[in-house]
Amino acid sequence: MRVLPYGDRALLVEVDGTAAVAGVRRALERAPLTGQRELVPAARTVLVVLDRPPTELDVATLHRLPRHDAAPPDPAPVITLPVAFDGPDLAEVAALVGRSVPDLVAVVTDVEFTVAFGGFAPGFGYLTGLPPELHVPRRATPRTRVPAGAVALAGPYAGIYPRASPGGWQLVGRTAAVLFDVDREPPALLIPGARVRFREGS
Amino acid sequence: MLTVLAPGPLTTVQDRGRPGHAAIGVTRSGAADAPAAELANRLVGNRPEAALLEVTAGGLRVRAGRTLLVAVTGAPVPVEVDGRPAPFAAPTTLRAGAVLALGPPRRGLRSYLAVRGGVDVPPVLGSRSTDTLSGLGPPPLTAGTVLPVGDLAGEEPFVDVAPVGPPPDRPVLRLLPGPRRDWLDDAAWAALTTQEWVVGPDSDRVGLRLTGPRLGRARDGELPSEGLVSGAVQVPPDGAPVLFLADHPVTGGYPVLAVVVTADLPLAAQLRPGDVLRFRAAGAAPSRGLGSS
Repeated sequence: MRVLPYGDRALLVEVDGTAAVAGVRRALERAPLTGQRELVPAARTVLVVLDRPPTELDVATLHRLPRHDAAPPDPAPVITLPVAFDGPDLAEVAALVGRSVPDLVAVVTDVEFTVAFGGFAPGFGYLTGLPPELHVPRRATPRTRVPAGAVALAGPYAGIYPRASPGGWQLVGRTAAVLFDVDREPPALLIPGARVRFREGS
Repeated sequence: MLTVLAPGPLTTVQDRGRPGHAAIGVTRSGAADAPAAELANRLVGNRPEAALLEVTAGGLRVRAGRTLLVAVTGAPVPVEVDGRPAPFAAPTTLRAGAVLALGPPRRGLRSYLAVRGGVDVPPVLGSRSTDTLSGLGPPPLTAGTVLPVGDLAGEEPFVDVAPVGPPPDRPVLRLLPGPRRDWLDDAAWAALTTQEWVVGPDSDRVGLRLTGPRLGRARDGELPSEGLVSGAVQVPPDGAPVLFLADHPVTGGYPVLAVVVTADLPLAAQLRPGDVLRFRAAGAAPSRGLGSS
């Protein structure tokens, strides 16, 4: 673990991967630093934003966080999302990973994903859990408009576009689920730690 | 209520923003020059959470629907009420039907118009701020927008005028090291802290795009996306740094070389395209002993 300086209101905790990120995030959710204002988990880091300058004591506290979270994982129920697998890149992705389309769909619907972190847009969650043989590159040329609800793959991640936006991920399907609604609590359906499954259907 | 007759180039509703939602992709937003916004609220006796108008490059005209107490702060602009000069940074009473007009700022970019009671648009995730990046909050004001006035007022104000100077002509912003200084070559930090930088035309509430010497990488490869803060100076592959402001994305995939100290963010928020600025290394870093364990 490294604790990196990030100006006069934040520290950046860098760890090995998404499991350790989840451990740091959960530890700081349970026992926040004094004045902790935001936690921003990402692929290998957790940004800790404070309402005051960080101190050496904060750095020491972060270094003492448990490496492997001893507590049980988030007890959140699995969120099952109906997905119509008819995305414009579905056949290309199947060809890239050397499977038939029905076989690809069977594997993707068999995965239990975990929301590792957010970012990109309100309500977007980076879903981890894809087997390595399904990791595909982004599209060489991003689309200028990806529709809301598009289910997509890129690298080690799956994701769902919460609303229409530009995007470079491979589109394999779509869901009618509402990913982000400011009048709902919590507004984001997919929050870090949540478990997700895709079910074929629409 | 206030009726917008002309919004100028860009006027948005802002308050202290919506902290605490970065993990679900929602940035803080809020007034870009927070101390100027706080002062405007204080001048009309508002509670600190009251929303006000952030007026970019002047040009706003509004009509009061009833007698209202207002104050204008931030970038100094000529203020007129029904065509007559009115004070800047001082509580001013508008009679019902009066038209308040802000001219172009002599210096700086963002002025703040507070109205006693606060601008009472519906809050989204606990804030009335417009997030120009994700579109949360009310849309930018257009001619004809009617803004309700709320009841977020406290004690009657007792300040006549706040003596505030204009933003400096060529500000020097203090920098602390960012988390990825080692991704840039040694010359990058030196160039950032000694050279002049010019604010690019595509700068906005998301960030200032800066032109100057090209900052070079010390290492190749892609940095996995990681969290961003206001004041972060990120260096994309083209070597032209971006200084993030209130509507910054919550994460970014390019190395952050440096971070502007919080106290100097208001200076950054008042820079306009074409302005020249410098950076200098701030004194002692806030924490030492950082490293592996």
